[in-house]
Order: sequence, then structure tokens, then C-alpha cells
Amino acid sequence: MIPVGFDYQRPELLDAALALLAEHGEDATVLAGGHSLLPVMKLRLAAPEVVIDIGRLAELNYIRLDGDEIAIGAATRYRDLVVSDVLAQECALLPAVARTVGDPQVRHRGTLGGALAHGDPAGDLPAAVLALDGTIVLRSPRGERRVPITEFYTGVFSSVKEPDELIVEIRLPRTGSTGWAYEKFTRRSNDWAIVAVAVATLPSGRRQLGLVNMGSTPLRASATEAALAEGKPIDEAAALAAEGTEPPQDNAGTPAYRRHLVTVLTRRALQTATA
Amino acid sequence: MSILGTRVVRTEDPVFLTRGATYTDDLTDERLTGALHLTLVRSPIAHATITSIDIEAALAAPGVVAVYTGADCDLAPALLFPAANKAMLRPFLATDRVRYVGEAVAAVLTEEAYQGEDAAELVDVDYEPLDVVVGMKDALKDEVLLFPEAGTNSVTKMHLAKEEAPEDLFADCEVVVSKEILNQRVAAAPLETRAASGYWGEDGRCTIFCSTQNAQSARDEVAGWMGIDAKDLRLILPDVGGGFGAKIGADPEFALVGWLSKKVGRPVRWNESRSENMTGMVQGRGQLQTVTIGGDRDGTVKAYRLDVVADAGAYPRLGVALPMFTRMMAPGTYDIPKVWSTAKVVATNTTSTAAYRGAGRPEATQAIERAMDLFADAIDMDPAELRKKNVVKPEQFPFTTKGGAEYDTGEYAKAIDLALQAADYEGLRAEQARRRQEGGPLQLGIGVSSYVEITGGGAFVENATVEVHADGTVTVLTGTSPHGQGHATAWAMLASEELGIPVDKITVIHGDTDLIPKGAGTMGSRSLQTGGIAVHNAAVELVELAKQRAAEQLEANVDDLVIENGTVQVKGTGTGVSLADLAGADELKVFHEWDGKKPTFPFGAHVALVELDVESGKATVERIWAVDDAGPILNPLIFDGQRHGGIAQGIAQAMLEEVVWDEEGQPLTATFADYGIPSAAELPSFDLVTMETPTTINSMGYKGIGEAGTIGSCPAVQNAVIDAVSHLGVEHIDMPLTPLRVWEAIQEASK
Repeated sequence: MIPVGFDYQRPELLDAALALLAEHGEDATVLAGGHSLLPVMKLRLAAPEVVIDIGRLAELNYIRLDGDEIAIGAATRYRDLVVSDVLAQECALLPAVARTVGDPQVRHRGTLGGALAHGDPAGDLPAAVLALDGTIVLRSPRGERRVPITEFYTGVFSSVKEPDELIVEIRLPRTGSTGWAYEKFTRRSNDWAIVAVAVATLPSGRRQLGLVNMGSTPLRASATEAALAEGKPIDEAAALAAEGTEPPQDNAGTPAYRRHLVTVLTRRALQTATA
Repeated sequence: MSILGTRVVRTEDPVFLTRGATYTDDLTDERLTGALHLTLVRSPIAHATITSIDIEAALAAPGVVAVYTGADCDLAPALLFPAANKAMLRPFLATDRVRYVGEAVAAVLTEEAYQGEDAAELVDVDYEPLDVVVGMKDALKDEVLLFPEAGTNSVTKMHLAKEEAPEDLFADCEVVVSKEILNQRVAAAPLETRAASGYWGEDGRCTIFCSTQNAQSARDEVAGWMGIDAKDLRLILPDVGGGFGAKIGADPEFALVGWLSKKVGRPVRWNESRSENMTGMVQGRGQLQTVTIGGDRDGTVKAYRLDVVADAGAYPRLGVALPMFTRMMAPGTYDIPKVWSTAKVVATNTTSTAAYRGAGRPEATQAIERAMDLFADAIDMDPAELRKKNVVKPEQFPFTTKGGAEYDTGEYAKAIDLALQAADYEGLRAEQARRRQEGGPLQLGIGVSSYVEITGGGAFVENATVEVHADGTVTVLTGTSPHGQGHATAWAMLASEELGIPVDKITVIHGDTDLIPKGAGTMGSRSLQTGGIAVHNAAVELVELAKQRAAEQLEANVDDLVIENGTVQVKGTGTGVSLADLAGADELKVFHEWDGKKPTFPFGAHVALVELDVESGKATVERIWAVDDAGPILNPLIFDGQRHGGIAQGIAQAMLEEVVWDEEGQPLTATFADYGIPSAAELPSFDLVTMETPTTINSMGYKGIGEAGTIGSCPAVQNAVIDAVSHLGVEHIDMPLTPLRVWEAIQEASK
């Protein structure tokens, strides 16, 4: 449980962090909250040569309104999402999801950008941001680009983010305080979800669903969304939630079980979101 | 007023709750100055021959002082359990073959702890994989053998029946039900993982600091493995951070630490990581059971048969013996006219098994309590009613069972009634019926268990030394070293009661084999009824001794003397002499060895209520009502604490915990992310009901409480979950009752 030796860098400014990332590229790993990274390093499943700690970069810690959108700094911690008045009024799904992650210690360390960069298909926040049609802002010394989360993930723990790029901001639509739900199904209170379903209602009125642990990346329940858009009743739409998914097999669940579970959770989530 | 039976706050807690205790790895003892750190290279493969080991690169790594392999080690491979097949020897470092993931292959010694893992990665071991056997049924086939020289995976002949099973066991039964059930493998996972540190003194003696439940037996074991006289080995136990049975005795690593220390001529320290612990530390349970129960439709149980296959893991240890307790306790609290049991123990390519809170008895309780529910279901009788009809009656005690146990005292039906009353059983059944009628997704399940268990089984003898000092303080030396049980408080209370000296002036010392050469440690819920009685008796004897001396000094008759507030006084007068002054004049010290000769049999009944979501399969334990009768209660705070921990552990086995390997013998539950240790969020509040039936085995009436909660709660919860879906046609689900398993059982039943 002792990691392989590494070089530790804690830049004071975002530009310095980006320069370090550009310098070390694939040899470097970004440390934010560390609750995903440090365990895999201790188990020697990851052995970065350089660890760049961005956890204390104040430049990346904010939640603010920006026109029709909410802008959240990538190093904003779960705890800050949970207690945010802005989010409670403008995007209540996100703090509700953040509140289910781990335990208080984890929520005081983990960051939104870290969760999205890690991209665990069993993670809560990627699916929530997916349901919300969020946008991920990536920056490198080469410049900045905005990637819709629907185009961000390419596979298990992998995304379109280049080695020299850092997630600096997450932009979400102002979806308000209603029309959302998060149904998370776990064995123990602080386990990863066996399956979870996030429902968001966009300003257009469209209901979107992000699915946790139903494939190699966070997924949308597209068939369910289409059925809802056509005005189908919740029961009927929820029954389609597993369409297009490839759920994993592990100790906690078989693919068949997860396919069943996602329909139950989707129905419940939609009922809650509509109530 | 007597201190016995009062809620004395644990004197050990301020340290545990503030700066933390001093565990083996925390020691800053000067005798360990300059110690090297041991890192073990462990096999990543479950079954393989070792074709070569290259240590050159590791030797060249920073901080490395030495690297040893099995070829360097002259400790003779050990038979870790005496009654196991003599060919099933465990080398201290594997030489030609590895038999489970986590087996030690090489020892790396470094100046600093952190250098060890880097160097260990550089030890290059070539493995030639062999076929792997993980399941008990597969092991029984003897197709893949762990020890070809043994010719079989069968570990022992100790459980072989002396006669053939009676053919007519169930001949007169109107109804017979049979079921195969798994009592799954679980991990003790104490907060403090295994650790040992050793050094050799200039006097030629070896001292090992280590984490174990019984210093004296561990000393004898380690000395045997090291090939030295037990007199030349001193074991010292710092604080021990939990054991749950898995720290009974010594681990082979302890001997390796002693051997390495001699080899390199420096102290050596070893402390394992959590991942190492999850494969290296012995595990519990692991029994495949076939229960068969028969009787009449009026609810009379007439015959019961239990066939056990137990999993020893790769190298047979204490787990080999445990089916003995399972068989002995097979009939549980019931007076069943015909009982038959068998047991086989097999070796598999998995971690070795040994004791785990209850150690053989919970397996018996789980089997009979599932059997009773299966039978109740078959004859359509209320399971609580069936139990009450068949339990041993109060007038039958002492009662010798068909399992061969002599139950000392008990009121089993009363315990069931108390639990049912506390739970409002009738009300729960009515609410359950209402929910079923409504047909919603959230259904209720109610589970009942009746249990009896053995405490203080096996090791009946224990000793204590009580000494009063001239400054008025008292030292108690005990042979039962605690690892969280609260002996420092409880033993002080027992001594205080007799001596009239307050608890805060009494120090309890344990776990140093030079100071306390004899003792059997803390296991099997034995401490109070053995070590506690020894303290009580020693204190009584010390008072007698003090009175005799005081009688001379005060020129009084011994019969006229009483002890009050630490002073021997002449009844009705103001004259007296304090114990401290007597101790100042001459050593005031008594050694007492107590032999209870027999175990005791605590008992109780639990009722569990679960709410189960039939759509997802997830069950939640909502309430548990527990009657745990272990005789008079010395300290209700500690007593209830033991019950809380025990009940939690039983619920955890029922609902969450299971050690899992894949077909290749790779552990799938080697971290706390994967292994289902519960948190408070997974547990209900516990409703504890008091019942105190003394034993006749000792003068204080004490039985043991350490394991009772686990034994009662686990079957009550399993029965409750199955009860919640019984109306859907589900008869049985193996533990742990995960949402997946429950959902699959519902699917299967609806076909």
C-alpha cells in the first residue's frame, strides 16, 4: 500500500499547472481530491512519474451564474456543490447527486472536475452532468475548447481529453429546482452504485436521463427519452431504459439484473421528477 | 453497595478514543532500535509450481539489506493443525509450489519500510500454473490435488463417525424436508492487521512483540516452529486491535520474523497492508451444509440430520476442528429424539480458515434455524410456535443432547416469548399480512431464531494473580489477554468488589509471557467465566490471607473481621489495618488457578424485521429484538457493547459479507470497496431485552457473551429476508442476502 516513487508538484497558479502538464504529458497525473487516484497508486495499479496537485487552485473553485448557464470551477469540491445556494435554485439535481457520493470525508476532498476526468462508469457525477447536457471546458497552453459531455467519453476511464489538457470548468444549463430525481441503488450507503439513474428536465421541457454503471461510459437512456418526448406514459418509457446499454458483470450484479434494475429505478426516478 | 452489575465506564477508553492505543506497529521500544522492515513477496497465482526465483535485481535496490527465499530458510515446514493430514505441511517461504494467492515466496529486508515494496516488485518469480480447485464440491472429487503426496484433498479423519448412519432416521416422520445451504466464507478484517516485531537479546533469548489473542499459546507455537525451547522465547502483546478469532494463536510470519532477526543479527519489524490481510489472515465459516429435518404435522420434530463439508483453505489450520462444535451443537435448543451428523474437511486453493466469532457454533445454529423454518413452512405452522413446541424444557436441565453436549441451565421458551413480546410479534404478523394483501413493492419479513451456544469450551483452566501494594494500589495479572473486550475494567471491578479498593487504583496486566507464563487467552467467549472467576477467587483468597495477618496484628478473631474500603476492620469497632499497610509489612499477593472443568451454555432468541423491495430485491434490516442470556451481568455497558458488536457481525454475514474467489482462485474481495464490511448506516438500532439465568459451573453464575449476538442475529435475519418473499414461493436463499440473490430467487420462484 505504498505507491511507486513520484515527483510531486503543487503549482500556485493555473497557468503553471498547465505548463507542467504540457511539459510532462502522459507521464503526469493530475491530483485533485485524490480519492480515486491515491488508492490506485497505493495498489500500484497506477504509477505516474509526476503528480500535479491542483486541489488548492482557487482559480478553479467557484460556482456562478453566467447568462443562461451555470459555470462551475473544476476543482470545486462535492461539499461545495451540496451547500451551494446557486445550485439549489438553478440546478438542484447536481447537489442532490453530489450528496450521495461516498461519505463526508470523501465529499470534502473530491472535486467535480476530478470525477469527470476520472470518468468511472460507476461514478455518480458524470451521469448527472450527462443528463444535464453539460459542457466540459478543456484548457492547455494551446488554447481552450468546449466539449459537450455527450462527446467527451470514448470508453472505460477514457475521454477525448488530450494529455496536456486540463478540465477547468463545467457549464450546465439553468434547470431550476424541480423536475429532477436521482435514484441510486447500492448495497451499502457509501458503495458505488450498482445502477443509478439521474433525471433532469431541461429549460426546453425535455426530460433527459443519465445512467450509472450500465456500460463502459455513463450513458443516456435514449429510448426512454424518445418515448417521453412522444408523450408515452412513464411506465412504458421506463421499460425501455436498458435499450442500448451493455451493463457489466461483477459481484454485485449480473447484466440481466442491471437491465431489470435500471427499468425499476427509471420508473421511480421519473415518478419523483414529475411529482 | 456492590460494584458488580453497574455501568462502570471503561477505564481503557480515554486512550483508545483520544491519542489511540499502542499497537505492535506503533512501538517505539528501544529494543527495536535499528530494526529492518520485512516485506513479503506473495504469490499472485493460486496454484503453481515455482520454476525459478531471481533475487539479484531486488538485492541491488535502495535500502535492501537481504532477500531470502525458501531455499535459504531452514525452518522445517509446519503442520499448522495437529489432526490434519501429515503431508499438508506449510513452508514458511514457499519452495517448489504455491497453493493460494498471497502465499509468502520471498522475504525482503530493508532499512526503511517504504523501500520494501519497491524491492519486492523486483523479485522475479517464475510460476508454472497448475489447475486450481476453489469450490468445496470440486475439492471432494480429488481431481486437482493441493498435496499430491497426501493423495487426497481430504484433510482429516477426526470427524469420521464411529458407526454407520441409521437408515431409519426419518422412518416415522410424516414430513421430511432437506436443503443444501451455504454458510459462506467471511473475513475477520480487524482494524489492526497482523504485525510482529522481533529481536534477540544478549542472553540468547528471542522476544517477539505481536498481535494475538493468546500470548502463551502463541509463544509455544512460535517456539515450536523456530525449533527453540519455549523458555527462550518471550512474547509481548502491545494493544491488540481486534481479532474476532482470527488472531487465535500465532501466524507463521511471527516465526519468520524471529528467524530473520537471528539470521541478520538485527531486530525485524513486520506489518501487513489491508490487501495482504484480506488474503493472508485466516478466514471464517466456509461450510457447505445439507440439512434434513423430519417430524409430524402437529409440529413435533422427530429427527434431524446435518452433513457438513468444511473448507480448510490451502494449509489446514484451526478451521479443521470447528465442525466438531458444529456437530456438537447441531440440535440447537431443541429436544430432538434422533440426531445424526457428519463432517468432511477439504483443502482448496484459498486462504486458510480458522475461528471467526462463534467458530463452529453459528454454523450449527444457522443450519438448525433454517431447518426449523423450512419445516414450519412445510407443515404450515408459525415458526415461533414450532420452536417453542420443540425446545428443551426448563425441568430437563442439565440436559445432555444427542450432539453430546451437556447444557447447564436454560429457559429457551421463555427467551423466545420475551423476544416475541418485545417485538409485538402478533402485530408484526398482522402488518405483514396487510402489506401482502395490498401487494405493494415493500413487503415485510419477520425472522425468529432460538439459540444456545458453548462458551469457555476447550480451555477450562485460567489463572490470576492479585497483589496489593504498600501504596494502596493493586495489580492484577491475567492469562486472558483482551483485544477490545474491556478486561482492564471488568477484572478491576471483580477485584474491587472483594478488596474494597476503587477501580482506578487497580491495574490489569496481561500478554507478557515472562510476567504471566501460563494462560489460555481470549477466545470462545471464555474470559469472564475462566479468567474473571480466577480474579474473583484470587481476590477472595487475598482477603482471607489479609484477615489472618490482620487477626494477629489486631489480636482479634478472624471471624470478627470484615473488609471495608480497603481496610480490614474488627466488626463494630473503629480498629483496623489497611491492606496497604499489610502489604507494606509483607508481600500481599495471591496466585489462583481456576478450573471450571466444563463449558457453559448461554442462550437466547432474536426476532428480526426486514423490509424488502420485491422489485429490486433489496432487503433492509429495520429492527432486531435480542434476548441474550449469559447469566448475571458484571457490567451492563460492556455486556451490551459485546451484544452490539456481535449482532452487527451476524447481520453483516446475513446481508453483506462474503469472501469471493473466481475460478482461477483470484480474490475478488481483497479491499474494503469490494468486501462488505457494514457501517452504522446498514444497521438498525438494537432492541436489547435482559434475561439472566446463572450457570451452575461457577460460583458467580457467569457465562460468556462475546459471540452470542452473532449467533442469534444471523439466522433471525436470514429467516426474516426469506420470510419476506416466502409468499412468492421462495423457500431458501443463501447468504449474503444481496439484492441480486434475492431478485434471482424471486425470478426463479416465479417460473
